[in-house]
Amino acid sequence: MNWKQAGITEVQSAVRNAQPSATQLAELCFQEIEARNPAINAYLAVSPERAFRAAAAIDRLAAQGSPLPPLAGVPIGIKDVLVMEGSPATAGSRILEGYRPPYDATVVKRLEGAGAVLVGKLNCDEFAMGSSNENSGYGPVHNPVALDRVPGGSSGGSAAAVAAGMAVAALGSDTGGSIRQPASFCGVVGLLPTYGRVSRYGLIAFASSLDRVGPLTRTVRDAATLLGVIAGHDPLDATSSTLPVPDYVQALEQPVKGLRVGVPSEYFGEGLDPEVRGAVESAIEHLRQAGCTVQPVSLPHTRYAIPTYYLVATAEASSNLARFDGVRYGFRAKDANTLSAMYRRSRDIAFGAEVKRRILLGTYALSAGYYDAYYKKAQQVRTLLTRDFLAAFEQVDVLVTPTAPTPAFKLGEKTDDPLSMYLADIYTVTANLAGICGISVPCGKSSQGLPIGAQILGKHFDEATVLRAALAVEAAV
Amino acid sequence: MSVSEQDVERVAELANLELTSDEKAGMVRDLNSVLGYFSQLNELDTSSVPPMLQVVEASQAGQPGAAASLRPDEVTPSLSREKVLACAPDTDSFFFKVPKVIER
Repeated sequence: MNWKQAGITEVQSAVRNAQPSATQLAELCFQEIEARNPAINAYLAVSPERAFRAAAAIDRLAAQGSPLPPLAGVPIGIKDVLVMEGSPATAGSRILEGYRPPYDATVVKRLEGAGAVLVGKLNCDEFAMGSSNENSGYGPVHNPVALDRVPGGSSGGSAAAVAAGMAVAALGSDTGGSIRQPASFCGVVGLLPTYGRVSRYGLIAFASSLDRVGPLTRTVRDAATLLGVIAGHDPLDATSSTLPVPDYVQALEQPVKGLRVGVPSEYFGEGLDPEVRGAVESAIEHLRQAGCTVQPVSLPHTRYAIPTYYLVATAEASSNLARFDGVRYGFRAKDANTLSAMYRRSRDIAFGAEVKRRILLGTYALSAGYYDAYYKKAQQVRTLLTRDFLAAFEQVDVLVTPTAPTPAFKLGEKTDDPLSMYLADIYTVTANLAGICGISVPCGKSSQGLPIGAQILGKHFDEATVLRAALAVEAAV
Repeated sequence: MSVSEQDVERVAELANLELTSDEKAGMVRDLNSVLGYFSQLNELDTSSVPPMLQVVEASQAGQPGAAASLRPDEVTPSLSREKVLACAPDTDSFFFKVPKVIER
């Protein structure tokens, strides 16, 4: 088995016969991280103690011939916005430098409960704010496909680790595209679950009405397996749904014949790279050939998505990030004589420019005199954007669009202009605003060999259909 | 509406951020650029559109068993004081320690 390209099923059957064992596989994974991470900077920390403890338990089960759990021995990396007891958790920010959280995120517990071997914490944009991973306080991640290019963001480390063979799968978080866009840039699968499908307990909050936790994997089948493990009600997250979790892997058996695919014209307009358009159109053609009916649909408010998203997200962020004050965890400025000076100085030294920009933008949008014009207006347009989707899903089962307007761009290309960076999220933010699910699946490459992803969006809690459509694209490409 | 340096100072004060004068100038420029672009929302008449306050309501409409449930009001174990205080920059082993609160 070449584990650097293997999926979960292959890893499992290898581990069952100890070829290699879970422990040997963890060793191989750490060797690979040591060899490749200096050039890619995907991992901020490794967790060998915890990994080898989990691997040994799996190897004992395998030796006894006991049935193995669904992720037995699978090396998985965790985006550094999720907490893992005993490992640092920085969220890509200097303000959390040195913080070692005293508890596990629910998703971390569920992965380990399913036999996963958690190998470390993955780099990301500071507090998941960014589309290129260049906003990390610990240096940018480099795209393993082309090291002078960005891996996308904010889950850039997660996508890069899976693409580079430094993990079989990873968890990311997606507030406006942060799982799907890096998956597209690095050539892996990235799934955005429906709001409420996966617990957010232990996720360092950016924008609580938009944040989701989801998997980045090498295959659609692996995404289905991982979602099955992490999905489900969590009493520790009041927004998590009590709806039963279907068997997503089983659902993949059902062919896509007869599925109604919608193509929203608003996602194929100005600014779309012609090679991306071509690759996504061929993915749609594959679905047609697999027996889907394809029809145009309209999501008329799409052009208002970026302003709406950035107003809602920054408003929520300005509130969520108030907790970083130098009192309970992380960095504290040493030279402040009063409490309020300590707050201000700690935040000023340790927050990066984009985080400050978003806190200011969000505070402005919420402040007296501007609330109605900005925040309330954005929440009203959010209703219109959601209605667009609900109307489209009356006619079709899934929507197919590009994940991002271009393939991976070069490091430094967009860092001087926040607005041009925000527009990199133009096709992904709508799903977060509406609460629906989606996936990015590789659907081709540019003439320069850069990966291109197709985005498939589905109804609330209909991840199974989204996964089925993604599998059909994956099988045809 | 354009954002002035005074606006940025006022918002920074509200957000407990200290900005250098260089940072201030950059933020004035960026906020104006971004909010200028965002003003296209004013093209839409939203006078009869309710603001979307809950994602859960929208996403779980009509799905039985989907509504977020209230938990019973029972005491359950939480993190120990020792573990929590171990994360803090400064404590006296019972409380968080901070610089002087009352300013003159």
